Amino acid sequence: MSMTEGTATPRWVDRVLTINGWVVFLFLYLPILVLVGYSFSGSSTVGIWGGFSFQWYRQMFANEALMDSLRNSLVVALISTVVATVLGTAAGIAIDRYRRWIGRRSFDALLYLPVIIPDVTMAIMLLLWFTTINMALGLNTIIISHIAFNISFVAIVVRSRLAHLDPSLEEAAMDLYASRWQTFRRVTLPLIMPGVLGGALLALTLSLDDVVITQLVQGPGATTLPVFVFGLIKRSVTPEINAVSTVMLIASMVLVFVSLGFQRRGERYD
Amino acid sequence: MTLLEDRPDHDSEAANPELERKAERAESWRGFFHALPSFAYLIFFFLLPLIIVLVVSFSGRKATGSPSFDNWTLDAYRKLLDTTVLRIAWRSLTMATLNTVICLAIGYPFAYWIATRSKQSTRNFLLVLVLIPFWSNFLVRTYAWRVLLDSDGPITRIGEATGLWGKLLFTQPAVFLGLLYGYLPFMVLPLYAALERMDWSLVEAGRDLYATGWGAFRRITLPLSRPGVIAGSILVFIPSLGAYVTPAILGGAKTTLLGDYIVTQFTSARNWPFGSAVSVVILTVMLIATLVYFRTGARTL
Amino acid sequence: MKKILIVVAVLALLAAACGDDDAGGEESASACEVGQVDGDLDFYNWSEYIEPDLITGFEAEYDVKVSETFFDNNEAMLAQVEAGGAGYDVIVPSDYMVALMKQESLVIPLNKAAIPNLSNLDPDFTGLPFDEDGSVSAAYQWGTTGLGFTYDMIDDASELTWAMIYDPDVSAPFAGGISLLNDERETMGTALRYLGYSINTTETSEIEEAGALIAEAKAGVATFDSDQFEDLLVTGETALAHGYSGDFFAAFDENDAWEDFGYGIPVEGGVAWVDNMAIPVTADAVCTAHTFIDWILGAENGAALTNFTFYASPNAAAEPFIDPDILEDPAIYPPPEVRERLEFIADVGDAATTYADAFSAAKS
Repeated sequence: MSMTEGTATPRWVDRVLTINGWVVFLFLYLPILVLVGYSFSGSSTVGIWGGFSFQWYRQMFANEALMDSLRNSLVVALISTVVATVLGTAAGIAIDRYRRWIGRRSFDALLYLPVIIPDVTMAIMLLLWFTTINMALGLNTIIISHIAFNISFVAIVVRSRLAHLDPSLEEAAMDLYASRWQTFRRVTLPLIMPGVLGGALLALTLSLDDVVITQLVQGPGATTLPVFVFGLIKRSVTPEINAVSTVMLIASMVLVFVSLGFQRRGERYD
Repeated sequence: MTLLEDRPDHDSEAANPELERKAERAESWRGFFHALPSFAYLIFFFLLPLIIVLVVSFSGRKATGSPSFDNWTLDAYRKLLDTTVLRIAWRSLTMATLNTVICLAIGYPFAYWIATRSKQSTRNFLLVLVLIPFWSNFLVRTYAWRVLLDSDGPITRIGEATGLWGKLLFTQPAVFLGLLYGYLPFMVLPLYAALERMDWSLVEAGRDLYATGWGAFRRITLPLSRPGVIAGSILVFIPSLGAYVTPAILGGAKTTLLGDYIVTQFTSARNWPFGSAVSVVILTVMLIATLVYFRTGARTL
Repeated sequence: MKKILIVVAVLALLAAACGDDDAGGEESASACEVGQVDGDLDFYNWSEYIEPDLITGFEAEYDVKVSETFFDNNEAMLAQVEAGGAGYDVIVPSDYMVALMKQESLVIPLNKAAIPNLSNLDPDFTGLPFDEDGSVSAAYQWGTTGLGFTYDMIDDASELTWAMIYDPDVSAPFAGGISLLNDERETMGTALRYLGYSINTTETSEIEEAGALIAEAKAGVATFDSDQFEDLLVTGETALAHGYSGDFFAAFDENDAWEDFGYGIPVEGGVAWVDNMAIPVTADAVCTAHTFIDWILGAENGAALTNFTFYASPNAAAEPFIDPDILEDPAIYPPPEVRERLEFIADVGDAATTYADAFSAAKS
């Protein structure tokens, strides 16, 4: 049953919560407004307004190194998200739906490690490892590293979704002669889809923003945007990176709203 | 180590024990195969590298700081007992704890609000709205906060006009503001997931039995959302422990924190074994803490 | 099964540690001729540290592609080169890092015959202590680390002294408006100079004294910042900023603030540093690397570089082409009496850990 039929939150509490909600959103978007605003500033120091100008957008598109790193970021994020989501979802199902198999407990522990390890440690250990197995550093090593930490995050989100999912639904389907794959595709997957998508979203976000790990496992010509920006800040924070951030923001917003639209069409189970 | 409670077995009266056992083994294999790809991946690209870190923490070091495997020593671990190290660890610990508490205090009502919106599409939309800011670049966001909080920044001006606060940049409050900003989604998402999937008819039942709104919340909703609270707290606490970029940019880098300290060991301090040792210890402590938490009953993250 | 994996891993690690390095660079360097290219160039540099036209010009002239990767501190670059997997052809290490890499055989000797423009370099910048025989590096840019200040509070660069940070009597007016670099060697260096010691001392007592001084001065410091110090000064957040020469000037230039802010070296002394081009031992396109170095050392190219970065050029032949404003600015090109007060940061071996520890302790 839908929760709201049972909440009966007193009206005034609801109102307070709503106000609180909007305040939090204001808090979340304040720096974004600054960020976007200054991308249109004519001055080259963020913090000093220099009149309205598109120069940074023009400069950004002309900056080959920046565009290259942006492209790399997107490629890495997409590939690592897809792979991590598939692997992580399978992992989540393996832990939650299957109770007795060899190594389940150690796998469970292993899944938590990437979440609790400090960034820099993971960066160093991956660098050492790639050297040991003689793998050349480059875009591949970045992708591999991102998948490594993203699997766990996806698994965690999917598991929390699965935990509240009544297994009797799946059992019912199987009782009705559905094969395992059919059960998965038509019962389990749609029900955990919010979890899967949530995990994927999280993975995408984490990959796009990663600096520490990427910086150490990158190779020639394979720099990503956050690392590029990180290095740029050494010299000066010109609004050029504000322009890039704004563009990425808009692009991700478009992406997500499109996918939300798709999801709403498939919303039959709520 | 039991991270999960076992679900109660279904009907244990087996009609055919032989078949039952075969089915169980089939189940067991299926479970293993579901996990195999990620298991193998993590072993190869996580566990083995981790073992390297462990090995490095016991090794000697070359002039560049990287490990030399010619001599083995416990020097790195002995150094852990330095007062400086302990001070840094304590500072990071208190910062992480405080940040977690703040995130919880702000995140819970917020997640509750989103979870109690009636339409799924509204809830999805709000969630996405929460995540969008995080698709901009982290550094640029943090520097935007710098602009907001500096002497000419709007927040400072409001504070001075109302007399409530002065310049916040490079102070501790600025650090916590930045941390809250960075980690709120990690608290909100698990909380939301737990609240959304809760059986709200229980709350209704409680109200029917004359519980007050607050009473129902305290005795039904709150405990039921506990997995979410724990998950969110862990997802916030642990990264906060290693956070150092936000405190550096907004707080002025005037205090050394664990994350920064580890980075230094691998760079200018030229002491990879020590950096590895610190990492190993942090990892171990966190792992134990997580396990303890789960033994106290939460079924899953 | 896990035990076996562990054993395998350790063995693999040990094998790799004593295994072969990708040290093909040394042999092929001697075969390189002037202007020869043998593949695309992988350039590992600091951000915004090269005039983009120099890259495109090189690509056009020699018909190769140049891909740039960026690092923001010497040690991260060192970690990558040491790990050996990255294959960069030209790197830009700072002075002390060149010494360290030379000592650890991480860079190859240059084939000077393939770099005729080496003769363009000012003799003052060849044979420096970190690479005495000049065998592995060619100077790229040099600059100083000193104090940026606002003319509102200080009239002239000659008044500058580190006491403005470390002496409670003198620093009072600046309290809360000081920024220091977040760099062990540089910042500890300022305290050491104030105390009259060398910035390259290896005496633990002196190092710890400097650390204690910084801990005391911390109260008046707004921030430790190695990236934004020039912007903080220009936007008025700080009144006194410890930082690198070129960064200040670039900021003054962009904001047209030459009248409001200045830069100088305090009386007790400061740091001079040189960034250099070098070829790591794991380089693939060794000949292209040589040609690139030669290209950068050209007279006009050297000037273009300085005109872009606002750092001083070690290239004597480039002088006629450098923007006269830059050339004549005593802050960018310090006169001899100021240069006497400057020290180069040198590698201090094991003491590096002592510096780092003292700095971490000072800030904790």
